[in-house]
Amino acid sequence: MSKTLFEWSNIRESFAMALSAIRTNKLRSALTLVGIIVGVFSIIAVMTAMGVLRNSIEQGMTQLGANTFQIQKFPSGFDSGPEMRRRLRNRKDITYEQALQVRDKVTLADAIGLEIWQFGLTMFWQDKKTNPNISIAGENVDGVATNNWIVDNGRGLNQEDIDKATNVIILGVNIVEKLFPPQVNPIGERVRVDGEIYQVIGVFEKKGSALGDNQDNFGVIPITAYFQKYGKRARSINIMVKAKSPVVYDDCVEQSRAILRVARGVPPGQDDDFSYFSNEGIIEQFNDITSKFRMAVFGISSIALLAAGIGIMNIMLVSVTERTREIGIRKAIGARRTNILTQFILEAIVLSEIGGIIGILVGILAGNSLAIIWSLPVVIPYDWAVIGFVICSIIGIVFGVYPAWKASNLDPIESLRYE
Amino acid sequence: MDNAVVINIQQIKKMYDMGGAEEVHALRGVNVEIRKNEYVAIMGPSGSGKSTLMNIIGCLDTPTSGLYEFNGVNVSEMNDNQLAKIRNKEIGFVFQTFNLLARSDSLHNVELPLIYGGIPAAERKRLATEALEQVGLGERIHHKPNELSGGQRQRVAIARALVNKPSILLADEPTGNLDSKTGDEIMNLFAELHNKGNTVILVTHEEYIAEHAHRIIRVRDGLVASDEVVARVKIPAVAAAV
Repeated sequence: MSKTLFEWSNIRESFAMALSAIRTNKLRSALTLVGIIVGVFSIIAVMTAMGVLRNSIEQGMTQLGANTFQIQKFPSGFDSGPEMRRRLRNRKDITYEQALQVRDKVTLADAIGLEIWQFGLTMFWQDKKTNPNISIAGENVDGVATNNWIVDNGRGLNQEDIDKATNVIILGVNIVEKLFPPQVNPIGERVRVDGEIYQVIGVFEKKGSALGDNQDNFGVIPITAYFQKYGKRARSINIMVKAKSPVVYDDCVEQSRAILRVARGVPPGQDDDFSYFSNEGIIEQFNDITSKFRMAVFGISSIALLAAGIGIMNIMLVSVTERTREIGIRKAIGARRTNILTQFILEAIVLSEIGGIIGILVGILAGNSLAIIWSLPVVIPYDWAVIGFVICSIIGIVFGVYPAWKASNLDPIESLRYE
Repeated sequence: MDNAVVINIQQIKKMYDMGGAEEVHALRGVNVEIRKNEYVAIMGPSGSGKSTLMNIIGCLDTPTSGLYEFNGVNVSEMNDNQLAKIRNKEIGFVFQTFNLLARSDSLHNVELPLIYGGIPAAERKRLATEALEQVGLGERIHHKPNELSGGQRQRVAIARALVNKPSILLADEPTGNLDSKTGDEIMNLFAELHNKGNTVILVTHEEYIAEHAHRIIRVRDGLVASDEVVARVKIPAVAAAV
């Protein structure tokens, strides 16, 4: 008989015996598994939830197109601690004149969008109105493109709208659904916001929601029309720059930065008094912040898994003692030490892997509950699932070795006498 | 009959160190020779060294000194794995308490030595089924021990002992846990197996069980007290048929 065949049949036998032993002691096995399940569950659930959040943020941030970054007054993101806020408080708004300098002088860009926002407004059409939570953006012609907004129905802004500061508006899907009955084509209709009448010229394609935030609840008007209504200094301007290509992206960032520094009179050697924002940046930031959290969860889970491993070792030691006689029988009819060793290690591995699989499945389910609530795509963290499974196998081996070694070294005569 | 020597034991001694200066001499120099197709009973009261001798014959234990040749091969200095292989291929154990795996059915119990012998699954199943049929349990291959009577359990154990076609069957008080009627059936089975050419070694302290054998070796105080061929008192029906 070939060696490999022998080992294979032995492993199959051991595997069958392991399953049978676990089945026989259901409650005991289940209790032992809880530790492993909890440990693996927490890792997998957190990693899955992080994946979902990341997806959500990525999806939300695609408001900026490819190769596009945005210059704005404040950093966008999560890490505005009290220290940071104090430093940022005195920043001055980016004015339209400064923004125009960037628009006119940056040569490495395909498009430069300028925008300025108003929030918390209510829109009226005939006898209908929205909730007081819509936003209005004043945009230049490029602003629609650099925001990656796509006009689905009607038209976007043109230069004439900007030059004449006409009261036209492009609406997000959410507002259209709220105000207009399905049979009414909103194009050409007149809506009222803040006492101003705008003619609807287009409707944007649906964007969905990110992090539970509705992204279709806004309207876009010419930036000049915005200034007429709210004044040039109402808020800080955002500048969205689309670099000519990925190759010149970094240079483009530098160029626009230099121009804006000059426009804002920032002395050399002093920090920028404005911030950047890009999809990549925001994801990097997210990963940065969450990595600490992930590390902490990983650490705590490791302790749980260590405790679970000791639990497995304990139960295996009990199992070896209980099955002393079985071990004696097996040895009497020809089992070698390695056969017994394999059998018990495999039992420990199977035990912890069953726990691992349950933990992984439940963890993926729990982690995806956010995805389900926010109707985001479901995330399956294959890498972490594999890592979790491997960790369980290692726990099985590490904590199964000693009991298995003990079993394999039992004296057959003593074992056969054991009651 | 000019049968080959299966077991050749020369001046076997076994000493147990009980801690400190205390030593127990379980065997003090035993000589035994058993040939192929013999039917031998090893008898002796408890403490006589009978069990130690059985363990050494069964390769579960090694002697402190002396020579033990099994089929001409010196096994007295073999290591654990080599002994395991001898036990697997050459020795079929039958125990007083049957010693079946409680969670496994008859077939799997009988297959077990073949698994450790590395026999492929299909072959294993065929051989195990054959062995069970040979002991009259062809209908009960999927019963677990707790679904079988004592006699049937012992038959499963005998099938397990036979399945690797060992050189000797080594039975330790095989009827000790059975009523006398079932015990007789088992003894008839041993006689039948002996008639088919198997070498049978019985270890017992029951005179009437030993009487089934053709030769009785009596052990006392770690020595062979007597070793004689006996006239058959009973002739089993099956033996007459052959």
